[in-house]
Amino acid sequence: MTKYIIKRLLLMIPTLLGVAVLIFFLMRVVPGDIVELRFSGETSGVSKETLAIERARLGLDKPLWHQFVTYMTGLARFDLGTSMWTGAPIHEEIKLRFALTLQVAIMSTIIAVLLAIPLGVLAALKQDTWVDYSVRIFSIAGLATPSFWLGILFILVLLVFFKWLPPMVYTPFWVNPWQNMLQLIWPALAVGYRYSAVATRMTRSAMLEVLREDYIRTARAKGLWQKLILTRHALKNAMLPVLTVIALEFAFLMGGLVVTEQVFNLNGLGLLFVESVAHRDYTLTQALVLLVAASFIVVNFLVDLAYAWIDPRIRFR
Amino acid sequence: MTALLEVKNLVKHFEVSRGLVRAVDGVSFSLEKGETLGLVGESGCGKTTTGRCILQLERATSGSILFEGRELTTLDQSELRAVRRKMQVIFQDPYSSLNPRMTVGQIIAEPLAVHGIVRGSAARAARVKDLLSRVGLLPAHARRYPHEMSGGQRQRVGIARALAMEPSLIICDEPVSALDVSIQAQIINLLEDLQSEFGLTYLFIAHDLAVVRHISDRVAVMYLGKIAEMADRKTIYDNPRHPYTKALLSAVPIPDPELEMKRERIVLGGEVPSPLNPPSGCVFHPRCPIAVERCTHEIPVLRDLTPGHGAACHLAEIA
Amino acid sequence: MATVETFADVPEASAAARWRTFVVDFCRQRPLGAIGAAVVLLNLVVAALANVISPYDPLATDYGAMLAAPSRAHWLGTDAFGRDVLTRILYGSRTAMLVGFSCAFIGATLGAVIGVTSAYFGGKVDLLIQRVMDIFLSFPLIILALAVVAMLGTGLENVIAAITVPMIPRAALVARSSALAIREMPYVDAARAAGFRHGRIILRHMSPNVMAPYLIMLTAFLGQAILLEASLSFLGLGVSEPTPAWGLMLRGAAVQFAESAPWMAIFPGLAISLAVFAFNLFGDSLRDALDPRLRTQ
Ligand SMILES: Nc1ncnc2c1ncn2[C@@H]1O[C@H](COP(=O)(O)OP(=O)(O)O)[C@@H](O)[C@H]1O
Ligand SMILES: [Mg+2]
Repeated sequence: MTKYIIKRLLLMIPTLLGVAVLIFFLMRVVPGDIVELRFSGETSGVSKETLAIERARLGLDKPLWHQFVTYMTGLARFDLGTSMWTGAPIHEEIKLRFALTLQVAIMSTIIAVLLAIPLGVLAALKQDTWVDYSVRIFSIAGLATPSFWLGILFILVLLVFFKWLPPMVYTPFWVNPWQNMLQLIWPALAVGYRYSAVATRMTRSAMLEVLREDYIRTARAKGLWQKLILTRHALKNAMLPVLTVIALEFAFLMGGLVVTEQVFNLNGLGLLFVESVAHRDYTLTQALVLLVAASFIVVNFLVDLAYAWIDPRIRFR
Repeated sequence: MTALLEVKNLVKHFEVSRGLVRAVDGVSFSLEKGETLGLVGESGCGKTTTGRCILQLERATSGSILFEGRELTTLDQSELRAVRRKMQVIFQDPYSSLNPRMTVGQIIAEPLAVHGIVRGSAARAARVKDLLSRVGLLPAHARRYPHEMSGGQRQRVGIARALAMEPSLIICDEPVSALDVSIQAQIINLLEDLQSEFGLTYLFIAHDLAVVRHISDRVAVMYLGKIAEMADRKTIYDNPRHPYTKALLSAVPIPDPELEMKRERIVLGGEVPSPLNPPSGCVFHPRCPIAVERCTHEIPVLRDLTPGHGAACHLAEIA
Repeated sequence: MATVETFADVPEASAAARWRTFVVDFCRQRPLGAIGAAVVLLNLVVAALANVISPYDPLATDYGAMLAAPSRAHWLGTDAFGRDVLTRILYGSRTAMLVGFSCAFIGATLGAVIGVTSAYFGGKVDLLIQRVMDIFLSFPLIILALAVVAMLGTGLENVIAAITVPMIPRAALVARSSALAIREMPYVDAARAAGFRHGRIILRHMSPNVMAPYLIMLTAFLGQAILLEASLSFLGLGVSEPTPAWGLMLRGAAVQFAESAPWMAIFPGLAISLAVFAFNLFGDSLRDALDPRLRTQ
């Protein structure tokens, strides 16, 4: 097992490196740079020298390979540098926003799991009845409803029927849990519905797979509970794919919440990314992309480990 | 006169996670123009791999393959393309050897167009018709998809596709094993007719001696990646020297019921060993009814007993 | 030469007849899928005939009727510029269908070709392609799309590119796993033995045989592309004003005036949901019909 873990860990490195290289060059291909953008507001026209001085200050005057080497050596020392736009250390810029996004992601996951597992299992046990059809329609609708629109509807309903709006300013959970929940539960619900749809479908199919196993069919269990109890053990293995989609969706939420953040005016990672790209803030964008990709790669790694742990044959592939 | 095909010391090993599969382990033979060599052996002994190496569908691990005097193993892709026209293949499974998304007409016409054998689509359609009739199909079959045809018909399409390239050598990899017995004879007869008509040379692969009896001029018997015995047809059937050949022959039914009753059956014990871990010495010794101590550690070479009759057995003369 | 069995034939079925049977069976066995297909068709018709069936000009502003509630004149009300919401939704379906079909088609096709190529060559080529795909796969769809928009700028063609790029590696992954089995098919060996070029074998012999997963991906991508376009437009990074697009209609004023003019926020969203819902319904059923092995997944 240790050998497998090490092998998998080593395999993560080239992928992460690839992401780092890709985003570095992608950013330089994007037209315009931060210095032009910063002074573009000034009508009086900025002298060439001012621009040059600013570029030199940010290290943008150096040849590309030099910038690349600086960036890579920084990464090797786990130093993400400072934001080109604000000048603040990047980990400071990211800290609060990361906490916010992470919290919404975790809350959506909880909502999704609470919805998906019972619904999926129920649909499978009652396959091809109206229960099954309703669950499937509910989940296909979940996949079809843009979460940002669902968010707008929430706001609409709260406004029209309760004359109330969620708080606009972010309060960290440890400062005031109630305030915090009042603000974040809505985006979590909006995202959680879509997310649960993915997980429900997977749960249903995994459960069907288990039900098809011979020993359960031959047991000829009639009652719902009987069936459920019979499948309990088999279910543990069958839940692996469910775990996988939940985990991967979770990883994607780290960067994928951007539209929902826009609706609810949340200063999360997604909006920070949009801002940083708009500013051509190379260092910040690179850091954010690496963070998002790393979350995905790490989650993927953990899922693989879970598989290998449950099914030892995988290790030898 | 030089041989059309000369295989020398062909070796093909596959690396798999559990070790090295010695699929083909030092096979040599040659084929004269216009003759048919039957290559026989139990399933898994490396017949298909031998054929695939000759066709360059697999790169040989070592050894040499001379075709029309050219060494194939060192050719690059573009040089190969030219040689490949002259060397065709008919597969065992008529169901998966035809592209299900193409009509029979397209399947046969494609090589004609790609290699510029027949120019112009009208001329190609005519040639397709002609080829179809040569293999006993109707012009109307050109519009069919493979799944709309029977197994025997599909095998005929496979033969027509091979013929389209105007090859000199055709490797027939168990072309009748997947077919009904009643159809097997038809296909074999067809192959024989085509051979005399076009002067074709066949490497005819089969897993039992009964099938190749009709069509072969010479027969090579393979066991676990090696040739056990090789001789002209008459010698193999009347005077086999290798105990493995004898065992295979005893499984072939004899038409005469009286003879069939009287003869002795040699039933081989045990399974074919895995090519992952072949036995030491003579690979056949664990199953051999006459093996002696020497067979367990000394590898027998294929040596000529009489000119043109080789056997890889220490006891070939006494047995 | 005896040819008895040659004429004992499986009856010949014309392509048209087989196609018809498939459609009839599909409608009978999967009514939900058929309904989805009907809505998809309706959407396409609306997109094609938007200029004929719309009551107004989608760009015509009417400052006398700003934020008008639904009425006989404006069935779904008007927006902050007095533009008819129904008209803009009908025209918006043009944008949605255009983006949806182009992205899904280009993304699935390029992805399939890359996946099949990867499987065909195997070995080092496969490994390299897989690694590059892994890199692209570790970005969330929307982040990669945003990066491409940043590079190319907004506008319809750029949005299509932005949505297509992240779909390619996903399609490649699926196509590759199917193509690995096709690679071992004797008809591929036959094509190689015939001395055909790699490109011909990949495009003519292997790609058409990953059709089922290809169609499944294509239909799944349709819905996703429409959603993604709506998201990008909503962020102001997709199609730009005054082009009628559903996501764009939800942006800005729709939220700002949510309380006083909720129709602006409700109807475009409904249009998105309905369209994507129909695509998914159809896609799911098509998947079941094409590949029984995938039925429960
Ligand atoms: N691509 C491959 N990778 C690993 N092993 C293989 C491969 N192809 C064939 N083999 C192995 O090589 C041996 C010979 O196979 P084959 O040539 O197909 O035998 P035959 O055609 O005589 O039945 C078998 O043990 C088979 O499992
Ligand atoms: Mg074989």
